[in-house]
Amino acid sequence: MSKFILEMSNITKTFPGVKALDNVNLRVKKGEIHALVGENGAGKSTLMKVLSGVHPYGTYTGEILFEGNTCKFKDINESEASGIVIIHQELALISYLSIAENIFLGNEQQSRGVINWRDTIFRAKDLLEKVGLKESPNVLVANISVGKQQLVEIAKALSKEVKLLILDEPTAALNEEESENLLNLLLQLKEQGISSILISHKLNEVSKVADAITVIRDGNTIETLDKEEDEVTEDRIIKGMVGRELVDRFPKRKSNIGEVIFSVKNWNVYHPLNDERKVIDNVSFHIQKGEIVGIAGLMGAGRTELAMSIFGKAYGKKISGEIYKDGKQIHLNNISKAIENGLAYVTEDRKNYGLILEDDIKRNIVLASLGKISNKFVVNKNKEILEAEKYGEKMNIKCSSILQKTVNLSGGNQQKVVLSKWIFAEPDILILDEPTRGIDVGAKYEIYTMINQLANQGMGILFISSELAEILGMCDRIYVMNAGKITGELTGHYASQEKIMKCIVK
Amino acid sequence: MEISKRESEEKPSKKETKIQIFKTLFRNNIRQYGMIIALAFIIILFQILTNGILLKPLNITNIILQNSYILILAIGMLLVIITGNIDLSVGSVAAFIGAVSAILMIRMNISVTAAVLICLIIGGLIGAWQGFWIAYVKIPAFIVTLGGMLIFRGLTMVTLKGMSIAPFPYEFRKISSGFIPDFLGTGNYHIVTIVIGIILSIFYVLWELKERKAQIKYNFDVIPKEFLIAKLIALLIVINVFCFILAGYEGIPNILIVLFILIAIYSFVTQNTVAGRHIYAIGGNEKAAKLSGIKTKQTILWVYVNMGILAALSGLIFAARLNAATPKAGTGFELDAIAAVYIGGASASGGIGTVIGAIVGGLVMGVMNNGMSLIGLGIDWQQAIKGLVLLLAVAFDIFTKSKSAKE
Repeated sequence: MSKFILEMSNITKTFPGVKALDNVNLRVKKGEIHALVGENGAGKSTLMKVLSGVHPYGTYTGEILFEGNTCKFKDINESEASGIVIIHQELALISYLSIAENIFLGNEQQSRGVINWRDTIFRAKDLLEKVGLKESPNVLVANISVGKQQLVEIAKALSKEVKLLILDEPTAALNEEESENLLNLLLQLKEQGISSILISHKLNEVSKVADAITVIRDGNTIETLDKEEDEVTEDRIIKGMVGRELVDRFPKRKSNIGEVIFSVKNWNVYHPLNDERKVIDNVSFHIQKGEIVGIAGLMGAGRTELAMSIFGKAYGKKISGEIYKDGKQIHLNNISKAIENGLAYVTEDRKNYGLILEDDIKRNIVLASLGKISNKFVVNKNKEILEAEKYGEKMNIKCSSILQKTVNLSGGNQQKVVLSKWIFAEPDILILDEPTRGIDVGAKYEIYTMINQLANQGMGILFISSELAEILGMCDRIYVMNAGKITGELTGHYASQEKIMKCIVK
Repeated sequence: MEISKRESEEKPSKKETKIQIFKTLFRNNIRQYGMIIALAFIIILFQILTNGILLKPLNITNIILQNSYILILAIGMLLVIITGNIDLSVGSVAAFIGAVSAILMIRMNISVTAAVLICLIIGGLIGAWQGFWIAYVKIPAFIVTLGGMLIFRGLTMVTLKGMSIAPFPYEFRKISSGFIPDFLGTGNYHIVTIVIGIILSIFYVLWELKERKAQIKYNFDVIPKEFLIAKLIALLIVINVFCFILAGYEGIPNILIVLFILIAIYSFVTQNTVAGRHIYAIGGNEKAAKLSGIKTKQTILWVYVNMGILAALSGLIFAARLNAATPKAGTGFELDAIAAVYIGGASASGGIGTVIGAIVGGLVMGVMNNGMSLIGLGIDWQQAIKGLVLLLAVAFDIFTKSKSAKE
């Protein structure tokens, strides 16, 4: 038998219009901790979904060997049966069931449909001891911290006789002490012979515990670093993560930047459900006329929360701070106020927050500015059609007609509808939150061109993105956010992916 | 030779495009027209089964009077359901308002106009009360209005002390049992009714032509002339035949005028106003609507205020028709109104539905009730068949929806 527990070779997975994985190779040795790193959208999660059977056999090409056997998983049950367990970033626990019930969910300790509670509790206690969680198995999951919930997930994996444990960003929501514990647990499991794949953005953790590191970028395997052979440092990993050349992926623009038109000072926001938890911590920034300002950072850094809390307090509690527009202080207490004051926010989640999917294109485009096509309270439907058709053409929305329901459009075209809606509102400040997420390259370019045009017309644009290349390619100035704070400000000329990444992984 | 060949080639192609236009028109409107066709079918069926009694002038008048209060509730319920909510309390609210009106008019001798006005205001306040809990405190509408159903049924019994109060003043009863006066009439036929039919027809034709003109002005495609003429003729026949039949009894009932005005207003509000758009947007995707600057809480509150006022109106009409306020009035009205809205093509998850659809849905139920009673079918079977119709109507709706999604 080979020394590898898992060999994935030449995995290629395409979604309509996008090649998510392109001949990816991943080989994990028995009993090692193998880190998988790469930017958001590089293809890490897709690769893990292929491995765990979420994307079933036949929807991808390539070969998977697990313990020397070819795997053709049809669903997640089959992969779990052979000993591969994945723990997602969003934990799959049921809040109002106890720890023990969660551990054995779907795998109940039972005979003929009747649960054996004594066995359940007894085995749960044993598993909790293994993962070092000092809680009674009868405590509800809702009542323990996220860090402990993470341990429950691992206990659940152990109950299934796991051989390969996959952790997707396990420490993203944990504090330092909890992260430390979790990493130590991984090392312990390693000693017991359990291999694991660790997906993480925190390079200090990766370089600390991982035996080998595979870097993925744009759906390709870039390299695999082995601690025994290569010298592994954070800088070395960053270079692998971002070292791509930018060849005309972004339309050229000559920026024409004017005076400051929008600024936010000392902005603080607390979590809407937990007013102890500070989500945005004393953030100040400004935008100039005709300027594209980027906000870089990882998911969960607080970028969306910042944008939404500014946009008429659409997010958060106990919001404090000042907003100035054209030098005058303004108070944006609700969303319609924000729109009146010339703000627009293009959401990162177009399906849940951007579009009314059951409605057609034209009704979506005019939704935020019905006043512009109405005479007092009466909508002029003919004018509505004219305006919508104008935007349909201008934005090159591919559809049978503007009467088509938005639910039937592709992601890129849906995004164009959302953009049209806000451009039709004629804002002075346009906030774009991940405007190109899940969109194919062609549509991306069109959207970049549109954004450049808007900036040239004098709009101030706040550009939030997790894709560093995009931020660098588009923005005049870049703020870097981490854990609710701005941890760096770079002007376009001096910024580089390495510098941004350093601010992010601080 | 050449010319005739070309002509023969062109002709079928032109015909084909017209068929195609008709096909797309049909497909786009099948959900709307489907129920109208079903209604026509049900009318014809019972007309045959009852040996022509169904469409006798007296019986048509009866159908209108029997169903008016449900149709009014259905209009309000439609808006509630479009926002993705529900209101189970309307039957109890209608009963409560009936009781209050009896106290005001019979016990306190307040004038009819003042009493009606007070009742409508109370209805609005009840709506505001429920809307507040739903929109601002975020308690599910089902629970709030289930509570309301019990609260106002209880208050009805408290107000009436468990007894019926009767009789109402003559002018009040006229609301639901009166007919418009026939100042032109001389003989057997109610001339004013026929004149109203003709006037309505003229207005309708002029309105259609105006719309068409505006569309041509904006350079839009318009439906071919033949279709327009066919559509106009069909509707003119329906309007005038209907008026002619009514004229054979006592003419147009007052309540029909009220209903007509309500349908016109609410159709316009839902289809052509900013407020209407907001209501649909909230039901379609509340979060997206909110992020588009729509004041979602306020809108939902007003939708419930509106529901309260219409429930009050419905209660008044029912009390006037019965000529008594009774503790058991309005039992089950909420379910009839909700069924009417769903049969009329509204979506249970919100965002979809039309006033005309809800009215058609209400009429489907009303005509079936009436027809089944006429042929002597017991109330037991009536219930069962109505339930089945509701189920089939919604199944049809889901079927056409999934079919259009595939295309």
